[in-house]
Amino acid sequence: MLSNIKHYIKSFTLFELFQGLGVTGKYLFKRKITIQYPEQKTPMSPRFRGHHALRRYPNGQERCIACKLCEAVCPALAIDIESEERADGTRRTTKYEIDFFKCIYCGFCEEVCPVDAIVETHIFEYHYEERGGNLITKQELLAFGDKHETEIAKRKAADAPYR
Amino acid sequence: MDSVATFLNGFLPEGLTTLIVIMIKIVAILLPLILAVAYTTFAERKIIGYMQVRMGPNRVGPKGWLQPIADTVKLMFKEIISPTKASTIVFFIAPMLALAPALAAWSVIPFWDGGVLADVDAGLVLILAITSLDVFGIILAGWASNSKYAILSSLRVGAQVVSYEIAMGFALVGVLMAAGSMNLTDIVRAQDGGILNWFAWPLIGLLLVFFISGVAETNRAPFDVAEGESEIVAGFHIEYSGMAFALFFLAEYASMILVSTLTALLFLGGWLSPFGHVLDDIPVLGSLLGDGFHWLFIKSFFFLFCYLWFRATFPRYRYDQIMRLGWKILIPVTLVWIFGEGVAIALGWKPWL
Amino acid sequence: MTFQLFVFFLFSAVTLLSAVAVVTMRNPIYAALFLILAFFSSAATWVLLEAEFLGVVLVLVYVGAVMVLFLFVIMMLDIQIDTLREGFIRYLPVGLMVAIAMAVELILVMKSGVFNRDIPEPSPLSVSNTESLGEVLYTEYVFPFEIAAIILVVAIIAAIVLTHRRRKGVKKQDPSKQVRVRREDRVRLVKMKSEEKQ
Repeated sequence: MLSNIKHYIKSFTLFELFQGLGVTGKYLFKRKITIQYPEQKTPMSPRFRGHHALRRYPNGQERCIACKLCEAVCPALAIDIESEERADGTRRTTKYEIDFFKCIYCGFCEEVCPVDAIVETHIFEYHYEERGGNLITKQELLAFGDKHETEIAKRKAADAPYR
Repeated sequence: MDSVATFLNGFLPEGLTTLIVIMIKIVAILLPLILAVAYTTFAERKIIGYMQVRMGPNRVGPKGWLQPIADTVKLMFKEIISPTKASTIVFFIAPMLALAPALAAWSVIPFWDGGVLADVDAGLVLILAITSLDVFGIILAGWASNSKYAILSSLRVGAQVVSYEIAMGFALVGVLMAAGSMNLTDIVRAQDGGILNWFAWPLIGLLLVFFISGVAETNRAPFDVAEGESEIVAGFHIEYSGMAFALFFLAEYASMILVSTLTALLFLGGWLSPFGHVLDDIPVLGSLLGDGFHWLFIKSFFFLFCYLWFRATFPRYRYDQIMRLGWKILIPVTLVWIFGEGVAIALGWKPWL
Repeated sequence: MTFQLFVFFLFSAVTLLSAVAVVTMRNPIYAALFLILAFFSSAATWVLLEAEFLGVVLVLVYVGAVMVLFLFVIMMLDIQIDTLREGFIRYLPVGLMVAIAMAVELILVMKSGVFNRDIPEPSPLSVSNTESLGEVLYTEYVFPFEIAAIILVVAIIAAIVLTHRRRKGVKKQDPSKQVRVRREDRVRLVKMKSEEKQ
């Protein structure tokens, strides 16, 4: 009986509704947490997984030895490798393509690589302007690696103690 | 206005002059109204954004102030597509039918003492009649679209609007009993003499009922089952695009502003100052805080803000709960309140006079 | 021709044309829409007669409420226009006879002079339309008015009883019960020992 009366008073004074309005009203004056993206950016981990790149040794020799571990581990079957013996007797890739539409940016290729050849860089703002642009060839990957080598090395070094 | 009329009378027949003067008045009411509608959409996105701890639109123009203009331009240049097997004529008439009553009702709204387009005796009933026409645009849009989501939505709206109109009408009956008139100007004048004389105090229950059913009448959250995204996509305007859609949008916001203004006029004393005539003799402050359009603006803005506040706060009602609230709670509350008010009037016990 | 007369002819023409359209339209929705137009323009003619309250109430009640429900029902029904048209010729003689009979009756009534009353003086402007109407309704015609109200209430109650009778096998929710549910009714907290390790 008493709870009935309490319920009536509560519902006819719109108590709970005003409570809810109070919550939203309080949030109206809270500091906004929106990040204004192109001008402001969120902090990024050194392990961030973005656009792929193939790295070289400091002497200019490409690192990849065509072991095809990355091709085998890739869950999305995005990597496609062909290899043959080079003039100096080493095994090197003739084709190293990544289909970025298939790639899920899981980072397994980077984890599995024995020579740290394939890496995922911090670059995530990129686009394609033609059909087929999503197929990134070996030359493009190497060029991308050359362009961002300092940043890649820095991030690798920052992450090294935790591996 | 009178000087314009006398100037035109010099070389035009009298009937034509009246027509021109009325036209000028209509434009003077509708242009600010449409601008207000545009900036209500902006305010809505900003306020709801702020309540959800984000910024809202802030890219177009300084601080996002040109956003509604950009939206309008975008909608204007979009193609209007009519679905196959849609009833084409009704499909294109429906948005106009939705907008026309929302604008027509403004003809009897007084903005300040005497600042009204048509000073009709039965102004309150006229507003009720005109707003009851709103629903046709929605129902016909739903039917003409030849889409099951649209027709489901229009059936929901039809039932909802017809039921809440009754509660709204009863709340208005309470107001006209207190004021002794159905003319909106007279109703506001009856509340003269400061904040304590407003009808909001003796008729607080009716104020709540009126505003709640006003929210339901305009199909806004939490009563927006007409466009429940999770159930029927966008409801009655799912097949509309471009300017045809914009007309529905315009109608919805114009009726929102109308309901807010009406609530301010009927319960919060419209253009009357909350200080009454105490400050009238002070030179500058007296005209600033005295009666005037700015008070009506502030009061209606408060209710408009409540609309957006509700939308940011309350989850959508389930359909049967909407019907229960309308029929089993709001209508009995108004009936009891009117009865009590009738007894008070019969006993000559009028605390608000 | 004064402006008022012009407006009167305009609205009565619209009323008549839309009334004709109500009967001749094939699509029932269009017919209902023309009925709305007919109501609306006749309300306008009432307003011309300075019966503004009645005109507004006509719009409010018939257009705003009754016709909405009408449209509602028509939309819900799946009306096959072809089958509706089938019996047209068959029913034409009967329909014509009914129409002629009604016309004759109307003409007889009109000629009898019941409607040839003097036009009453327009009421002085100080008394508003609504007020005088209310005065007449609650004094002179109070009993017919109350009886009409009672009949309407009976009809409403009958309709509610018909639809709200208890039926078996209907899974109906009761919102008021749902609203009043408390945590204790639904959740039971049980204290128990954690299980032994196997």
